[in-house]
Amino acid sequence: MDEIYSVYAQEAREQLTELEGGLLRMEQGDRNPETINAIFRSAHTIKGASGVVELTHIEKFTHILENLLDKLRNNEIEVSSDLITALLGGCDHLDALLIRVEEGHLDADDGLQASGAAVAEGLRRFTEDGEPEQPALPEATSADVERDDSGTAMTDCWHISVRFGQNVLRNGMDPIAFLRYLLSLGEIVHMTTLPDAMPEADAMDAEACYLGFEINFRSHADKAAIERVFDFVRDDCDLHILPPNSKLSDYLELIDALPEESLRLGEILVRSGAVTREELDEGLSYQKTSETLAARVAEEEGLPPPSPQPLGEILVKQHVVQPEIVEAAAAKQKQVADKKTSEARLIRVQADKLDHLIDLVGELVIAGASANLLAQKSGMATLVEATSIVSGLVENIRDSALQLRMVQIGETFNRFHRVVRDVSKELGKDIELVISGADTELDKSVVEKIGDPLMHLVRNAMDHGIESAEVREAQGKPGQGRVALNAYHDSGSIVIEVVDDGGGLNRERILNKAIEKGIVQPGQSLSDHEIHNLIFEAGFSTADKVTNLSGRGVGMDVVKKNIQALRGTVEVTTEAGKGSRFVIRLPLTLAIIDGFLVGVDKSSYVIPLDMVVECLELQGISEEHNYLNLRGEVLPFVRLRELFEIAGEPPARENVVVVRSGTLKAGIVVDVLQGEFQTVIKPLAAIFRNLRGIGGSTILGTGDVALILDVQALTQLAVNTEERATSANRF
Amino acid sequence: MTEFATQTLTDRACRLIVDGDMTIYNALEVKQQLVAAVRATALLELDLSHVSEMDTAGFQLLIMAKQESQRLDRTLRITAHSDPVREIIEFYNMGAFFGDPVVIPAGEGA
Repeated sequence: MDEIYSVYAQEAREQLTELEGGLLRMEQGDRNPETINAIFRSAHTIKGASGVVELTHIEKFTHILENLLDKLRNNEIEVSSDLITALLGGCDHLDALLIRVEEGHLDADDGLQASGAAVAEGLRRFTEDGEPEQPALPEATSADVERDDSGTAMTDCWHISVRFGQNVLRNGMDPIAFLRYLLSLGEIVHMTTLPDAMPEADAMDAEACYLGFEINFRSHADKAAIERVFDFVRDDCDLHILPPNSKLSDYLELIDALPEESLRLGEILVRSGAVTREELDEGLSYQKTSETLAARVAEEEGLPPPSPQPLGEILVKQHVVQPEIVEAAAAKQKQVADKKTSEARLIRVQADKLDHLIDLVGELVIAGASANLLAQKSGMATLVEATSIVSGLVENIRDSALQLRMVQIGETFNRFHRVVRDVSKELGKDIELVISGADTELDKSVVEKIGDPLMHLVRNAMDHGIESAEVREAQGKPGQGRVALNAYHDSGSIVIEVVDDGGGLNRERILNKAIEKGIVQPGQSLSDHEIHNLIFEAGFSTADKVTNLSGRGVGMDVVKKNIQALRGTVEVTTEAGKGSRFVIRLPLTLAIIDGFLVGVDKSSYVIPLDMVVECLELQGISEEHNYLNLRGEVLPFVRLRELFEIAGEPPARENVVVVRSGTLKAGIVVDVLQGEFQTVIKPLAAIFRNLRGIGGSTILGTGDVALILDVQALTQLAVNTEERATSANRF
Repeated sequence: MTEFATQTLTDRACRLIVDGDMTIYNALEVKQQLVAAVRATALLELDLSHVSEMDTAGFQLLIMAKQESQRLDRTLRITAHSDPVREIIEFYNMGAFFGDPVVIPAGEGA
């Protein structure tokens, strides 16, 4: 796909996200005019961008959306749930169109066209029939009529805004030639030349064109004829033409579309022909005198000088311009300022560049470890010191490089506002979404993959967890259900919780179902916790009624698989009648970990350091038992030597590394402890995918390969083996 | 061929006389001359009475010189215009920009 389309799609999607977020806020009662303005701007930006890349079908569709938003902005129609649903439908269609663009198709296929027509029809219904249906708003309507009267143009001239592209002069064309040619069609009443795009002297390219013009043009020619004047530079200039007697809103749009930044409000007004320079000058002098007066008064009273009154207000007070124009211009100024600050703080970097950097840092870590080892062997104190400083720095670089990949989970969470809204509508339940810990950061690749499992869990919680309003009220709970998303950091991993205040899991039903499906045997003794977590087994579904949301028996096991693929775990705790809590535990990053190096015979193994609790000597344990007494606690363990069938005799002194995974604790018996080691995880080839107990591999400073132990699997193994052994003894 | 002549008026003022074209074809050279002249002195007088042709590229350079002098808090005056220069400044309606620095104060236009 062309780069321009991918950039377009990305930016359009960002706007779409804002648009959707704004709509949802409006539905929840946000009547801030800034919100609707922001929504409108988003739609407008998408439309404009679509026009630029010549995706006319998207431009057309967005135009319909924009029309409706315009009416909404002018209070011509009321916000209603139906309206928001229709608008959200429009967003969805745009999203589908964007996906198609991303797939490399520049036109809508038949299915999309049909659905687009339906959505557009739904939207038009509001724009066309909106007013007759609502005669109950005489005040608002009469105000609109009044505005329509005054909303016509103040000038009988065409207004032409043109910004020439930088290459115009180099291509042998001179703007003055076009403008002189324009004179053959009519009379230039007023022209403002805008050199604003010109950079400072050093950066200025003497052969580039930086000029733009705002022209008031009196002519009997039609728009096409005026446009034809600029035919030769059509692809290399930014041209807006407003016909005489244009509506004020068109001027407002033009102000929005002007490229100039940091323009003074007054300048914008003059340039779009809304006020004359004299009116502006008057406004300016009024501003100055009132400023000096106010400053003098403040000085006498010993107060700090007041902030100057914005020029826009002064112009309005003197009835020079309509307030709407000032508002639009002020909004543009603010937008320019906002854009500047966010531009300064963020830069776009291609993800693969970042990945490459992380790869290199990974290699650096390995190379650093190797240098360290050699330095220690050499016994030169100065060399050892130097390398230890280097490895300290490498550690910092590693941390900052990983930080670069960290993104806040809030964006992922916020997507669920829409999901919860739609699903609760579909289910006829009233459910609110509560988000906390949105600023918790985690690796971008993890964030990307966690969306689907979360979606399943949230839908499940709403469908199966939250009861209907009647049932809830009968149980003395508030009628409105609640789903909470929460995230926080905990001992080197990130925890994401999906909590509902619904009915909780039904222990008996799960058990019966599990027996029926042959997942557990009748008579098998299981703890409550184990039973609840049976819902993550394949082919398990307890829904009495199958809805299109969930209950098809795929879901929970897929959730678990997806999360395990991220080296994470998922668990559920539940309390009957009070609700359930799904806890997802994920590693912070997938690339580099702090490891703990251990050795068995000649091989080395790495245990993720975050999971190591303590190390102790293995003593007084007979060969048969696989557990030991850790300060009065039973600690099951596995012997790596046995597990991996390593030949040779164990040394006289063996060590136990106590590890913790989630709530489980277990010991891993090894020959020697070799200390901390920074580990770059190299994934194992697909052929080893089903190998239990090994999570990956890494390369040591010596060039040897060490396997990274999958502590979670090993702990599970130790605990299970031990449970089996003890229950076999018991019965 | 365009020629540039510099006259020292006082220890703080200079005059630059441009004789020939100011067009896209020599824009690079004219730019360097103008920038150097603006930076060399506190007050620069531009004598453009011998400019035989000026196009938009040349006109842009005047704007650039003016903005640079404002940025450095110096003064640039165009003391003499040839007809082509006057025509283009009038056509672009930029007389006020060059004549009256109050309209677009320093540090804001660029």
